[in-house]
Amino acid sequence: MSPTYEKADSGSGERRRSGKETMDNDRIEQILNEHQGQAGSLIKVLMEIQEQNHWLPREVLVKVSEKLEVPLSRVLRIATFYKTFSLTPKGRHEIHVCTGTACKVRGAQRVLDEVQELTGIKPGETDSDLKFSLETVNCQGCCSLGPMIEVDGKTHSKISPAEIADALKKYE
Amino acid sequence: MARINSVAELEELRKGILSKIEPDKPCIAICAGIACLGLGNDRVISAFEEEIRKQSLETKVDIRATGCHGFCEKGPIVVIYPEEICYLEVTPEDVPEIITQTVVGKKVIDRLIYTDPNTGAKAVHQFEIPFYKNQSRLLIGNNPKINPKSIEDYLAIGGYSALAKALFAMNPEQVLEEIKKANLRGRGGGGFPAGSKWETTRNAPGEEKYVIVNAHEGEPGAFMDRALFTGNPHLVLEGLIIGAYTIGSHQGFIYTRHDTPQLRENIDIALSEAKEYGLLGKNILGSGFNFNVEVHLDVGIFVSGESSALMRSIEGKAPEPRPKYIRTSVSGIWNKPSNLNNVETWANVPQIINNGSKWYSSIGTERSKGTKLISLSGNICNTGVVEVPMGTSLKEIIYNFGGGIPNGKKLKAVHFGGPMGGSIPESLIDSPLDFDVLSKLGTSLGAGDMLVLDEDNCMVEVARYFLDFLSGESCGKCVPCREGIRQMLKILTDITDGKGKEGDIELLEEIAGVVGEAALCSLGRSVPKPLLSMLKYFRDEYEAHIKDKRCPALFCKELKKGEL
Repeated sequence: MSPTYEKADSGSGERRRSGKETMDNDRIEQILNEHQGQAGSLIKVLMEIQEQNHWLPREVLVKVSEKLEVPLSRVLRIATFYKTFSLTPKGRHEIHVCTGTACKVRGAQRVLDEVQELTGIKPGETDSDLKFSLETVNCQGCCSLGPMIEVDGKTHSKISPAEIADALKKYE
Repeated sequence: MARINSVAELEELRKGILSKIEPDKPCIAICAGIACLGLGNDRVISAFEEEIRKQSLETKVDIRATGCHGFCEKGPIVVIYPEEICYLEVTPEDVPEIITQTVVGKKVIDRLIYTDPNTGAKAVHQFEIPFYKNQSRLLIGNNPKINPKSIEDYLAIGGYSALAKALFAMNPEQVLEEIKKANLRGRGGGGFPAGSKWETTRNAPGEEKYVIVNAHEGEPGAFMDRALFTGNPHLVLEGLIIGAYTIGSHQGFIYTRHDTPQLRENIDIALSEAKEYGLLGKNILGSGFNFNVEVHLDVGIFVSGESSALMRSIEGKAPEPRPKYIRTSVSGIWNKPSNLNNVETWANVPQIINNGSKWYSSIGTERSKGTKLISLSGNICNTGVVEVPMGTSLKEIIYNFGGGIPNGKKLKAVHFGGPMGGSIPESLIDSPLDFDVLSKLGTSLGAGDMLVLDEDNCMVEVARYFLDFLSGESCGKCVPCREGIRQMLKILTDITDGKGKEGDIELLEEIAGVVGEAALCSLGRSVPKPLLSMLKYFRDEYEAHIKDKRCPALFCKELKKGEL
């Protein structure tokens, strides 16, 4: 399909998390076909694609617009409204730093500062070699674990700034 | 699995399930609530599975991954039945010993049970642990007893008997009357009487009506709905079906967060099981009543928990609220009458129908009935989910259940309701948990998220934090909210940076007043609440920042520099 999908490819097949950098086009077609003509499913469709592909390339948004019969302007509006949707490729590893109140009062800011220092990126950014993406999240509902960060869905609980370098070392 | 076509068949099925239960057979219930998951309880579960295999106990011992037990601070939690021995902070390394010593040998392992940090007293059972003792766990108490992925476990504890009673022994008017007499108030934050809301929707013109579970729970520090819904999805679903029958709705929606995969999975399983058994879909239990449920997901913005915004996003549109001179219960999704209640509100319904409004209204205070789930977090020894009768004092919650403030610090404030709530000082903690009392004090019970703040917290910074949070979560549709948040945030940031000016407090009050009056939706109108409550009780801290360039809590970095 479109070469855009290959942009985020990091090279080594081993390093690649499946479905992360190269889009599974069949799966996307399938999602679109399931909701053909259903304008009301717009958010659902974008979310399913985001979960599959980890970002929303422009070509895909155009397809969503055509298949669901929703003007592209509205597709773009929804795709840019929610922080969850990304219009640029994400890194191989997604770091989520919880900055909910409980984590905050237990020192989330220092944790976030340290993650930024180590990765060189700010929340919402991806580093240039597409290793890490960084986001802050509001509250994951596990306030007894704070401060906490999540890397690729794995929780590192009650983490201190000094432990972060070690935790991030494991990710290639 | 066979479809159930009558109450008799339901009771027959229940009898069958109960007859298969061997009361003396050991069962290991492992908490799989969100906090325990974060602590790696999946490794604990696999360790149990492996050890049971190793010791060839597959037929002799059951394993149950359950919903949240509540005592999140001490997870992963494991309860061994039938003795109900409770082990805390269990690691995979403890597992072989638990099987050999406790499950087979019936001996208690001393180091894994609860030890009171103050008295050294031990507690073998969950109900003896101070955190659980004296709670009234009417809603969440069944979590350790059921596997949320199994409708049979829910049926075994009497599940869906309230639905059967409502459908066959009561007409919708009678159910409505019961809910109204129980004085069940909405648990999502507003505290509006649920019965009145149901009645408005029921009486609204139009054949098509909708019922909705608001499981959005976007407030930071709120995790009780997640604990309840993930751990016992059928309880909420049963309440919803009863509500739909009462209101005359045939289509329901569950609106929940996309980023809690376990909750999503448990809801999906519960829906498909209920459908297979004929508890959802056409002709429920042979009553002739039809009802379906669809799941919709929020994709991550706080404002989409607001009722009119939530309904827009169910329609597939951007979650922007609208003015509510016409209530959503009259004109909601696709402009049809739509009754929205929070998870905990729906979960209260089955017990009201089973036990009657008289029983229900005997619990709580004069105007706030029943129990309330509280998610306790912040500077507190025992973070977790607590369920107590309305009217319990905040002091009891903090000290008896929460275990007090860690690290020998002093309690400074209690904050309810997240970024739309308010803070009250330590001097007011004798106040009861009550919708009206708390709201008179300038805070609000909110959904029940109780944030405990110790002396090291700067109340200017906490207000700034909430506004910073809201600046990213407001939809931006109306000017007072969009611009008001931005300006208040700017002033507060300046104050915490040591650049506060004479007159800032007055200006903050003026902007807060306008936003509170003029914003479009309840989110916008509640934005100033934390700030105003803090100006009411902690004004001296704001003044110290501005006039003396001093942060009394020694939190604000820029001001600390001045001290040195």
